[in-house]
Amino acid sequence: MSNVVNQIKGIAEDVYRKILRKKKPQLTSPLRNLSNVKYGKEGYFELLGRKKTRTLTASTIKSFAQTLRMMVLSKEVVSGNDMATKREAYYVSKNWGEARFKEQAESDAVMDDIEAMLEVNREQLGFIPEEKGGEIAGKLIVIDKDRETGKKIRIDCTKFGSGAYSIPISVEELKFETNADFILAIETAGMFQRLVKHNYWKKSNCILISMGGVPTRACRRFIRRLSETKKIPVYAFTDGDPYGFGNIYRTLKVGSGNAAHINKYFCVPNAKFIGITPDDIENYKLPSHPLKEVDFKKIKDLIKNDPFIKQHKEWENALKKLYQMKVRAEQQALAKHGLNYVISHYLPEKLKNPKSWLP
Amino acid sequence: MMDEEIKKESKPIALELATKQREISVAEFFSKNRHLLGFDNKKKSLMTAIKEAVDNSLDACEEARILPEISVEVIDMQNERFRVIVEDNGPGIVKKQIPNIFARLLYGSKFHRMKQSRGQQGIGISASVMYAQLTTGRSAKITSKIGPNDKAHYYELHINTRTNTPEIKKEEIVEWNKNNGTRIELDIEASYSGGSQSIDEYLKETAIANPYANIIYTNPKAEQIIFPRVVEELPKEPKEIKPHPSGVELGIMMNMLRFTKAKTLQSFLTQEFTKVGPGTAKTICENAALLPSTKPGDMSREMIEKLVDGIKKTKIQNPPTDCLSPIGQEFLERGLRKEINAEFYATTTRPPSVYRGNPFQIEVGIAYGGKQPEDQLIRVIRFANRVPLLYQQSACAVTRSIIQTNWRAYGLNQSQSALPIGPCTVVVHMASVWVPFTSESKEAIAHYPEIVKEIKLALQECGRKLASYVLRKKKVGAELEKRGYIEKYIPHVGEALKELLNLKKEDVEKVEKLLYQILEKERGEIEEVGFDEKKNVEYDEAFAKLGKKGEEEENE
Repeated sequence: MSNVVNQIKGIAEDVYRKILRKKKPQLTSPLRNLSNVKYGKEGYFELLGRKKTRTLTASTIKSFAQTLRMMVLSKEVVSGNDMATKREAYYVSKNWGEARFKEQAESDAVMDDIEAMLEVNREQLGFIPEEKGGEIAGKLIVIDKDRETGKKIRIDCTKFGSGAYSIPISVEELKFETNADFILAIETAGMFQRLVKHNYWKKSNCILISMGGVPTRACRRFIRRLSETKKIPVYAFTDGDPYGFGNIYRTLKVGSGNAAHINKYFCVPNAKFIGITPDDIENYKLPSHPLKEVDFKKIKDLIKNDPFIKQHKEWENALKKLYQMKVRAEQQALAKHGLNYVISHYLPEKLKNPKSWLP
Repeated sequence: MMDEEIKKESKPIALELATKQREISVAEFFSKNRHLLGFDNKKKSLMTAIKEAVDNSLDACEEARILPEISVEVIDMQNERFRVIVEDNGPGIVKKQIPNIFARLLYGSKFHRMKQSRGQQGIGISASVMYAQLTTGRSAKITSKIGPNDKAHYYELHINTRTNTPEIKKEEIVEWNKNNGTRIELDIEASYSGGSQSIDEYLKETAIANPYANIIYTNPKAEQIIFPRVVEELPKEPKEIKPHPSGVELGIMMNMLRFTKAKTLQSFLTQEFTKVGPGTAKTICENAALLPSTKPGDMSREMIEKLVDGIKKTKIQNPPTDCLSPIGQEFLERGLRKEINAEFYATTTRPPSVYRGNPFQIEVGIAYGGKQPEDQLIRVIRFANRVPLLYQQSACAVTRSIIQTNWRAYGLNQSQSALPIGPCTVVVHMASVWVPFTSESKEAIAHYPEIVKEIKLALQECGRKLASYVLRKKKVGAELEKRGYIEKYIPHVGEALKELLNLKKEDVEKVEKLLYQILEKERGEIEEVGFDEKKNVEYDEAFAKLGKKGEEEENE
């Protein structure tokens, strides 16, 4: 905890010393985008060396001041053993006069820059997101601590009935007990609900996780720790569209360009993609929607610029195929063959046939 | 049928017409066409009458190398009648010449020579006298004295318009408490208002172009306005010269050849023209394929044409500059500074050039910015031989030259074939041994291509200076904006460091001070541009207001 505070002070002292020596003060942080990551044998997007610098220029002075002020907030929160949501941090800035943020996206970006600069994650800075971390149902007992007493709490994820266990913001201290065969990470809450409703986890002896779109950092870290400590395979199940492939699955597996500084811990390199693949759309004769202009663009961009896709011929081919098919299909399109078709046919067939997966 | 009808007329009609045909005197002609002399309306007539007198006074003083002291008095005599009195400290006029100079049109010393002066034609002052006579019936009252030991002569004069000769109504010797000078008093029909194109504007602009003159003006409201002398030295006297060969047209050349005393073409060229020495004359003859020994009187029209062509092919030195008296960049700018509180001034004096054999020289001054209106056509001030031109702006070569210049390149707006729009005043002065006016009232300069070209070159020179200023101003503006933006965040840096490092108040102040210094060091010093109302110490607000439409005048 105090380590982060010391790091922040160290940076501030550096700035201060520079000013006293009449030198232009600077703040440097890694560039956070796909052009500054590589994908190799480590199995996730690793950060490369490109940096951005903020200093006394018209284009960077505002974020220079904002970064310093955001560091003040972080120091206060961490020293006070408190926390601030990303949105709260944004509202705190409304007190900063000229240096205030206009949109939360701006304060989020500055926050991410500080993370990257210190090579820590957001929670260590005392900031938490407000979005849900993801939901769990199935053969898993999560061991957490009581906030007040510090006593161990055993949370049995089979006992949420038609509900589910929510992944907390910080998952680092959690411990797990499970004998599940696999983890199924699902894109939509709708599909998750269907599988829970019909006790799919019981039939298949698995853990179901609803990602609700692109998985949050907490969700990614949770799955990573769970699968690594308990040596359980992870299967991803998303819509058959460029967003499902390139954003949801890709981020789950190798992380993102934007959070490249923390990808090492916040991704699940052993995850496999079981569907819905472009082949599935054909083989299962799924009802589809035409691809839009943005989808075509997204596919081209993935093939051209995404280091993960570029590394895997299978993915490139799958995307090219989708491009030619000119359609996309949702997970829930499987309902065409009956509401429980996904449980009775699709998932068993896919799980049995690793050749139908994508890496 | 037709033939028969004509036969019925006993006499050819031409004979009858011939009985009505007779000579028209100049005076008669101008009395009917007084607009040609600048007496087309009452307001303008007041200006013209005074202008002619003042122009003469200034010319006389300069020729006599006397620093001009001119007093102009306008007395409102009610019923649109005004008494105009102009008095100078000039050399005076010998008794014998007084009636001719003031009461005879086309009588003067300036028409036949090649020398820069205000008056040219010998019409102006006698036209004023005639105008007074036509509108009020009163005689012109002239007093003149040529030296401290001479007597002052007083005349009351009329013009006989039939014969264009003076009629002396009264003549006497008077006491005049003055060493030398001339005084003219005219009663004329006129009207007075102070706005643009008024006598006020004329005198003010005269003061700008003649900084060595002291002018005391008493307006019809009996308010005295003094335009004090700025320079205690007369400009160098412009020399009288011979014509310059380039630009002399065929007709003029024929005349010159006919009346020359030279025996050969060679000596004709060297004697009658400026800047033609024996060498140049020889080259001209070669280029014209004429023998230098040709007798001028024997030359045929074809030969003269060859001669004119030969001159065009020959490189001849520019005419001498000593025949011209430009206002000069320094005084042009000082005049502008007095009149306009602008943020940028630029002036240019072109080297002398020639049109139709007449040397001339163009000067341009620009005043940009300040409180001048952004969204109106620029103001144009025109001078010819130091005389302000207030009328016929659109007919003038100056205006055409300004319109033909691309002002957008210099940072002003401009529509096609229009004056540019912007906070700018342009002054153009043409100095010449003979200014070609479009009419006798001398209001607009004629469009000789050589003149238009020179004016445009001068405008472009000033325009480039203006453009670099406007660009600099834009750059500095952008830099100031950036710097201001950066400075906005310096306190935030201080504040953050204070919190992060528990700095004391003094330390934070130091941090902020140092940050400003670092910024200054990094980005360099900012040049001062832009409008500072108090920077121009020469600006004279009361002076600037003269001759402009104020609110009170607009009600009249």
